Amino acid sequence: MITNKKPRSSDTDSNYMRDDRTEMSEDDDRSPPSDSIANGSCPTRTCTPGSGSGSGSGSSSIPEYSAPYPDRVLENVLENVLWFLTSRKDRNAASLVCRSWYRVEAMTRSDLFIGNCYAVSPERATSRFTRVRSVTLKGKPRFADFNLMPPNWGAHFAPWVSATAKAYPWLEKIHLKRMSVTDDDLALLAESFSGFKELVLVCCDGFGTSGLAAVASKCRQLKVLDLIESEVSDDEVDWIMCFPDTETCLESLIFDCVECLVDFDALERLVVRSPSLKKLRLNRFVSIGQLYRLMVRAPQLTHLGTGSFSPSEDVAQGELELDYVSAFAACKSLVCLSGFREIVPDCLPAIYPICANLTSLNFSYANISAEQLKPIISNCHKLQTFWVLDSICDEGLQAVATTCKELRELRVFPFDPREDIEGPVSEVGLQAISEGCRKLQSILYFCQRMTNAAVIAMSKNCPDLVVFRLCIMGRQRPDHVTGEPMDEGFGAIVMNCKKLTRLAVSGLLTDTAFAYIGKYGKIVRTLSVAFAGDSDMGLKYVLEGCPRLQKLEIRDSPFGDTALLSGLHHYYNMRFLWMSACRLSHQGCQQIAQALPHLVVEVIKHEDTVHTDDYADTLYMYRSLAGRRHDVPKFVSIL
Amino acid sequence: MEGGVAYENDLNLKETELRLGLPGTGSTIEKGVSGARNNKRPLPETREEGGANGKPDAQHDDQENAPAPKAQIVGWPPIRSYRKNSLQPKKAEAEAAAGMYVKVSMDGAPYLRKIDLTVYKGYPELLRALENMFKLTIGEYSEREGYKGSEYAPTYEDKDGDWMLVGDVPWEMFLSSCKKLRIIKGSEAIGLGCGA
Repeated sequence: MITNKKPRSSDTDSNYMRDDRTEMSEDDDRSPPSDSIANGSCPTRTCTPGSGSGSGSGSSSIPEYSAPYPDRVLENVLENVLWFLTSRKDRNAASLVCRSWYRVEAMTRSDLFIGNCYAVSPERATSRFTRVRSVTLKGKPRFADFNLMPPNWGAHFAPWVSATAKAYPWLEKIHLKRMSVTDDDLALLAESFSGFKELVLVCCDGFGTSGLAAVASKCRQLKVLDLIESEVSDDEVDWIMCFPDTETCLESLIFDCVECLVDFDALERLVVRSPSLKKLRLNRFVSIGQLYRLMVRAPQLTHLGTGSFSPSEDVAQGELELDYVSAFAACKSLVCLSGFREIVPDCLPAIYPICANLTSLNFSYANISAEQLKPIISNCHKLQTFWVLDSICDEGLQAVATTCKELRELRVFPFDPREDIEGPVSEVGLQAISEGCRKLQSILYFCQRMTNAAVIAMSKNCPDLVVFRLCIMGRQRPDHVTGEPMDEGFGAIVMNCKKLTRLAVSGLLTDTAFAYIGKYGKIVRTLSVAFAGDSDMGLKYVLEGCPRLQKLEIRDSPFGDTALLSGLHHYYNMRFLWMSACRLSHQGCQQIAQALPHLVVEVIKHEDTVHTDDYADTLYMYRSLAGRRHDVPKFVSIL
Repeated sequence: MEGGVAYENDLNLKETELRLGLPGTGSTIEKGVSGARNNKRPLPETREEGGANGKPDAQHDDQENAPAPKAQIVGWPPIRSYRKNSLQPKKAEAEAAAGMYVKVSMDGAPYLRKIDLTVYKGYPELLRALENMFKLTIGEYSEREGYKGSEYAPTYEDKDGDWMLVGDVPWEMFLSSCKKLRIIKGSEAIGLGCGA
């Protein structure tokens, strides 16, 4: 499908939506079921008959026409046309048509997306695609976020930055997720790409403020510097001071995860000389008084992360008397609000003026009650994305359901993530949301108790659901009203939500739940399982029943070698499989490795676990053209 | 609470119940919710750094439907450490206070070091440790003259952001106010004067 848009290098329109995209689940960017990079080698079919390989062609009725050879014309046409093809999926399909199309597609692809940095070597990627302007790389699997992967496992950015530095000196954008990035990598990046415009680091680690300083000082065309949920070490370097003294091109500066003080005066001056700045997300070291000063300097902001949203400890009364309401009212373009890291609820009324315009609100670090939420949320009629803590209780969720009819994405995080407490949100909140927010597409809901009835209700009330992630925090909790397993609830979700591509299950689940998933989850691409199932059948149902399954992560479930072997037909179509603390033996994993040579089968050993040698602690396997990687740490064995 | 017990008693109802299950399923649903069902043995309590995955919850162990071993499990519930630490910063600070690490820089040295102040009982021990760490001599502190005569002088930044000479205030006060240490050349220490 050819779109009408011009190819874009770094388009501010795409940035506007992209901010939300980086927060949404991976699956929203619709990666194709079989990435043609993994399918690798050139296709063998040739083009239409009639265009031969050069010398003369079938249609002989064009004498003395000094045109280039027909297939050269075709290539030129193709090149001009394929520039407009932006969807990854379409490009992968186009590249499979014939050699000619493969070549031209490779020349015209400007956005390189690598879903698993170990699936292909940097050299191979850079030699196939020669005119790339934007690189996206994903590294560690998601369970690494929860300490299930020992540190220093891999996903190093270094080989990629050196390969791209040589191959694409014109590179403009780098987007990394769960990669290990060092200060040296960032320094090389800053040195190598003179026109560099966008750096987005999501869930990355390994670098510090000195790396940021290198980027700030050398990347003079920088428009976007987004650090999202990354771990940044404090190297005592004031990176904000390293931006050039002249006017900057900055459009987006997101550093809410950076746990170090920045020089506020330098920050204020930076904001003043960044007239294009639309997105600013401050860290918790910025007080509300400082926020005020920045807001009056930048009323054009569309996305604001408010920092601590509380007065600083040592500044005097002055901070509380500033006219915050006016400052917010002046930001007429503000549509996305987050921050509130150390919120003083008395300050909340300041945001009333902009509630009606908000499409995205992130209160997930704000410990506020239902009573404190209600006056805010009752004005948020346009809200589409809402992240919040369960401190608002079921009552708060009911208030959300009453007003936010346009809600597309809801995430309810636990304030106190322990397993055995009573818990402030339950099936009552879920039911209310399902009844009030019919357009819901994505939900992440942490709770202590749930019922099948509420989940079934949501499956019927919210037919547009694409992402359904329910985390009942107590392991293996059944429906707390009926005592039944949660099979029927999740079964209803896969059955009724015809657009569902991402599912995370929890609570007491038998193999029946997996039978439902295998039977009805025909377009499910990502599945997350923990402490669930009875036997190998559970996993078998899924592997045999879900042809679109790409990413499967399982922990602490009784699935063994037989189940693992039942997926042999499908593993090349998947990005990865993760299984930790299941019942896999080394022999079972070995069998897979032998049967599927293009699969890298990693067995990861954990120091902490008191485990016999019979079982493999963690299996992480993924298709790859690159074979076993060269940076294997000692706790990983590749079979 | 209800839960596990009710489930077992309802077996007969289950068999006559209209279900959406596939043929052959649902008949041999394994009961029991013990931790032995999955081969996970609970890990020794693993704290994430400053993590709020919390205290052992012995007082909540009376729920029948909970798995028998209730030790903290790594990575469960699936919340990123960053979020956990952000929500319970007081806890994180409390845990960090058990071990008070401050950065130590020295003029001319390329790297910062970190030391745990709580392992030292007083100034003399601290100074000896610094001397060992950086291979230099700091000498004796005198109230009137500071470290006069020494090649190097240790200074620290306190809570107000001021740079003070190490030794001016009582040790306990120093512990509670020191944010970081810096070893400067003795000649520069003159400006810091003596006394608080």
